[in-house]
Amino acid sequence: MAEQTVNKDIAKEENLVFKKTSVLTDKVMHYCPGCGHGTAHRLIAEVIEEMNIQSECIGITPVGCSVLMYNYLDVDMQEAAHGRAPALATAVKRLMPEKFVFTYQGDGDLAAIGTAETIHAANRGENITIFFINNGIYGMTGGQMAPTTLPNMKSSTSPYGRDVKMMGNPLKMTELVAQLPGTYYVTRQAVHTPKDVRKAKKAIRKAFENQKLERGLSLVEIVSNCNSGWKMTPLQANEWMVENMFPFYPMGDLKVDGEMVK
Amino acid sequence: MAKVKGTIVVDIERCKGCGLCPPACPTNVISLAKEVNAKGFHYAYMANPDECTGCVNCALVCPDAVITVYRKKN
Ligand SMILES: Cc1ncc(C[n+]2csc(CCOP(=O)(O)OP(=O)(O)O)c2C)c(N)n1
Ligand code: SF4
Ligand code: SF4
Ligand code: SF4
Repeated sequence: MAEQTVNKDIAKEENLVFKKTSVLTDKVMHYCPGCGHGTAHRLIAEVIEEMNIQSECIGITPVGCSVLMYNYLDVDMQEAAHGRAPALATAVKRLMPEKFVFTYQGDGDLAAIGTAETIHAANRGENITIFFINNGIYGMTGGQMAPTTLPNMKSSTSPYGRDVKMMGNPLKMTELVAQLPGTYYVTRQAVHTPKDVRKAKKAIRKAFENQKLERGLSLVEIVSNCNSGWKMTPLQANEWMVENMFPFYPMGDLKVDGEMVK
Repeated sequence: MAKVKGTIVVDIERCKGCGLCPPACPTNVISLAKEVNAKGFHYAYMANPDECTGCVNCALVCPDAVITVYRKKN
C-alpha cells in the first residue's frame, strides 16, 4: 500500500478546515463510486448540523437507490411507499408542525409513480422541503427510461434513444411545480464541482429555513449522474451531464420567496 | 520552495477511487494510487503534497466524505 503523504505538521486539530459531519453516520454508503447521491446526502447533513436541527428533523426516504438513506443520516427518518413521500411528509408535518420535515426522492419516485403526490403537496402549499435527485433514469432497477429521460437519450428500455414520437416527451417537474401557488422556493442545482456544491448547499439551507416562515413548499432539484446506468465513468458521466442534461434542465432559481424569477 | 499551507487525509479504506477529486484540485495535488484498498479501489492520495493549499475543493466533491482537510492559519 502506497504511503499516505500527509504533512504531519499541518494535520493538527487546530488547522482542521473540513471533516465529515457527524450528522452522517459512519456507515459506508452503498452507492456506486462517484454517484451524486452521496454528495447530496452530505450537503443535507451539513446543513442540518449547521442549523443545529438534528433532533428536530424528520426525513422521508423514497424507493430507488437512496431507499437506505436512513442508514446514512443520523436523524429520524421514515420510509415511504414508492412515490408517496410527499403524502407521508404532509401527514408528519401536519401532526408535528414544529419539526423540519423533508423528502428525498429520485426522478422515478417523484416524477413517475409519485407525480400526483408531488403536484398535490406542492399545490396545497404543504410547509415541507423536497429534495429531488434527477439522474434521468431509474438507477436502482437497471437504468430504465424515466419521465425525465432526455429526447434521444439511451436507457435500458430505450436502447436506441428515447423516441419522443413513440415514448412521449420528458417531464420538467420542477418547472411545473414552480407554477403552482403553493410553492415558495423552487430551484435547480448540481453537485459535481466545488462551485456547484457551494451553491447547492446554500439552496438546501434556504429550503430548510423556509419552513420557519410557513409560506409553502420548497423544492430543490439536484441534477445528478447515474454513471452506472449511463454506462460511463463518473468523470465522463459528469461531463455528459453538463453537455446534455444542463441545456434541458437549466441550473438556477425558478421561484424565490414566492415570486417567479424565470 | 513554496511554503506548504495545507494537507489532506484520505480515509483510504473508504475511498471508492471514483476519480472526482483529482480534477477538482486547482494545484494538481491528488492522484489515484496504483495500489488498491481492501475493496479493490485505486484510492486517492497526495502525489504532490507540497502544493496543497488546504482549499477544501477535493472534499467538497467527494461523494463519500472521506477527505479531511487541514490548513495552516497564518
Ligand atoms: C410500487 C413499486 N413499483 C415499482 C418498483 C420498482 N422500482 C424500484 S426503484 C424504481 C425507480 C427508481 O428510480 P429513481 O426514483 O429515479 O431513483 P434512482 O434509483 O435513480 O436514484 C422502481 C421503478 C417498486 N419498488 N415499487
Ligand atoms: S445505480 Fe446510479 S443512482 Fe444508483 S448508486 Fe449507482 S450511480 Fe447512483
Ligand atoms: S485541499 Fe485543495 S489544494 Fe489540497 S488537495 Fe484538496 S483540492 Fe487540492
Ligand atoms: S472523490 Fe472521494 S471517493 Fe472519489 S477518489 Fe476522491 S477521495 Fe476517493
